[in-house]
Amino acid sequence: MTERYVIAVDQGTTSTRCIVFDRRGQLVSLAQQEHKQYFPKPGWVEHDALEIWRNVERLAPLALRRAGITPDQVVAVGIANQRETTVLWDRRTGTPIGRALVWQDTRTDAVVNRLLAEPGAAQVQRRSALPLATYFSGPRVRWMLDHTPGLQERAERGEVLFGTMETWLIWNLTGGPRGGVHATDVTNASRTNLLDVRTLEWSPGALAFFGVPRAMLPEIRPSVEVFGAATAAFPGVRIGAALGDQQAALFGQTCFAPGEAKCTYGTGSFLLLNTGTDLIRSNNGLLSTVAYQIGREPARYALEGSIAITGSLVQWFRDQLELIASAPEIETLARTVSDNGGCYIVPAFSGLYAPHWRSEARGVIVGLTSYITKGHLARAVLEATAWQTREVVDAMNTNSGLTLTTLKVDGGMTADNLLMQCIADVLDVPVVRPMAAETVSLGAAYAAGLAVGYWSDLEDLRRNWHRAAQWLPAMDPAVRGREYDNWQRAVRRTFDWIQPV
Amino acid sequence: MPGTVQSIERAAAILRMLAGGPGRLGLGEIARSLDLAKGTVHGILRTLQHVGFVEQDRASGHYQLGAALLHLGTSYLDINELRSRSINWADPLAARSGEAVRIGTVYEGRVLVVHHVFRPDDTFQTLDIGTLLPLHATALGKVLLAYRAARPAPDLERFTRRTVVAPGDLGADLARVRNAGWGAEVEELTLGEAAVAAPIRGYGGLVVGAIGVSGLVERICDSRYRPHARLVGYVREAARAISRDLGAARR
Repeated sequence: MTERYVIAVDQGTTSTRCIVFDRRGQLVSLAQQEHKQYFPKPGWVEHDALEIWRNVERLAPLALRRAGITPDQVVAVGIANQRETTVLWDRRTGTPIGRALVWQDTRTDAVVNRLLAEPGAAQVQRRSALPLATYFSGPRVRWMLDHTPGLQERAERGEVLFGTMETWLIWNLTGGPRGGVHATDVTNASRTNLLDVRTLEWSPGALAFFGVPRAMLPEIRPSVEVFGAATAAFPGVRIGAALGDQQAALFGQTCFAPGEAKCTYGTGSFLLLNTGTDLIRSNNGLLSTVAYQIGREPARYALEGSIAITGSLVQWFRDQLELIASAPEIETLARTVSDNGGCYIVPAFSGLYAPHWRSEARGVIVGLTSYITKGHLARAVLEATAWQTREVVDAMNTNSGLTLTTLKVDGGMTADNLLMQCIADVLDVPVVRPMAAETVSLGAAYAAGLAVGYWSDLEDLRRNWHRAAQWLPAMDPAVRGREYDNWQRAVRRTFDWIQPV
Repeated sequence: MPGTVQSIERAAAILRMLAGGPGRLGLGEIARSLDLAKGTVHGILRTLQHVGFVEQDRASGHYQLGAALLHLGTSYLDINELRSRSINWADPLAARSGEAVRIGTVYEGRVLVVHHVFRPDDTFQTLDIGTLLPLHATALGKVLLAYRAARPAPDLERFTRRTVVAPGDLGADLARVRNAGWGAEVEELTLGEAAVAAPIRGYGGLVVGAIGVSGLVERICDSRYRPHARLVGYVREAARAISRDLGAARR
């Protein structure tokens, strides 16, 4: 019998990957391509959506070839995507309207401030269970409609379509201008400020509030359901799932029960806690989000703590400061010293996310003395990720009433042994890496495979989860307390940096 | 001059020019001085850059000698980089083999464990990244020794009665590793345990590390104390996949 496989397309912030998985959830082959990051102004971050689609077209056959398989051996493809990144395009030609506005982009600051002052703001935030913030797609659509002459009218007429990355890819995979399916899934829709998070439909109130025409919005589908069959990239293969990347990682870590949590360490880092069919509203800077929906079953929700800058701080250290040649070398450099030398880096490059949500904050390096070497800075870079995790875990414990006893981790930064030990130390709980660091892709693959019956149920998926590594806390509580206090003082120094215009 | 390789001569000339120059040099400048086509020089510079012998300034696009030239005697691949590049292949190896996986490289005459994946049975295990192991008594070490010019130390420590300590015996063992493309160790470090390993190659085929599985001898070996061919296959496959990612045999 011919072996069959599932493919995940992980459309991330810095790169797009196609990964082939087998029935045990093991990686069979991988093809990856970075795409260009555009920074036209401070605080602006853009992607070329067409470049990303072309990368998918190029990577698909490459991944198949590397696995030594043909498309007919692929039962389904699942998509995991960078969330909140906003694409508008012409329905007729398939050409994007300008570049995609990336989730890190803070240009909607003024839009958000203006909208916050409007009477409907509280209602919109309650319906979507999200704060009004530059982070989400709704304000970006408003900004794009405002800054392209005639776009609002074209959008009203249904000539312009909106989508987050999965919507853009599904539309192109299923034919684009020739009958492409214009759909999103509940997890991505829950990051727009436009979704009524209870009914899982677009909220008419929110659409009116943002002035976003209904005609440009995609149809909302469950995360795990066949969206259609691909005609490009993977001709004939069914698209079995779409999930925001962090929700995909939660799925890939098989955190299916309420109380289970994971943290994915990538460009940014995201801690998600499954809260089951209950939507828990946050009172301390966490987000309530849809975790996943399997077919017509009730949706599962999650509490999320988002940290904007973690891996990208290492990239900054590599590309802007040029103190290391490759990201993993940060660990080599950090190990040249035994501690941070009193130095702390708070990477509020585009404000602070959870639990602070301060868009006016900007980064600081504090504690500089003539004693500080690049080794200390490297340590401070890694510790910044650990302490930001601690802040989120504290908020989550308070908000959910649950106490995190183990942190399941994944993502590229889990290869950094010093960082993983540091996280275990500052959280004072074991940190566990599963035998699949690529849980974002794995989650998309699991979801797609589940949709077409490749895996029978969630228990089937759970059996694939194994512990690959574990780091146990080994920090003196007094040191932990003192360092956390220093960190919190450093964080306060980032506040109120950008003055309102 | 029959029998010489022109592109290597040209590469050497470029390196000499960069070493003799006052600072960074532009592509056009190098091509003019050596009377070579720009395209030719560019190709050579790109290759030299890939192996770390030349660096390109991001702003000006000019070239200078790379840091790797100053450290030719030490490992060119950062150990954390090696772990980062191997992690995706070490996990499937552990899952398929059902055994613990380790990746090692040579550090001060011993095997430095740079990556470790637990045996996938969810029992309590401890990470031993950073541990140093003897070269001559481990599968990882034998593989690393087999592809090095340096000889093992003269007085080898005996851990069990199976530990290979006679230089002649070890030499024969290493020759077998080179022949087969993989190495094994059966109860040579610890009674009841065995291991299989294969080389990880970087550009030009240079061996930069080894990856292997280890576990109870009855799981690793058949009744004649020979490693199961299935396990050897998994280990070699993982080693090849990592090598491919590291740029070995790219062309």
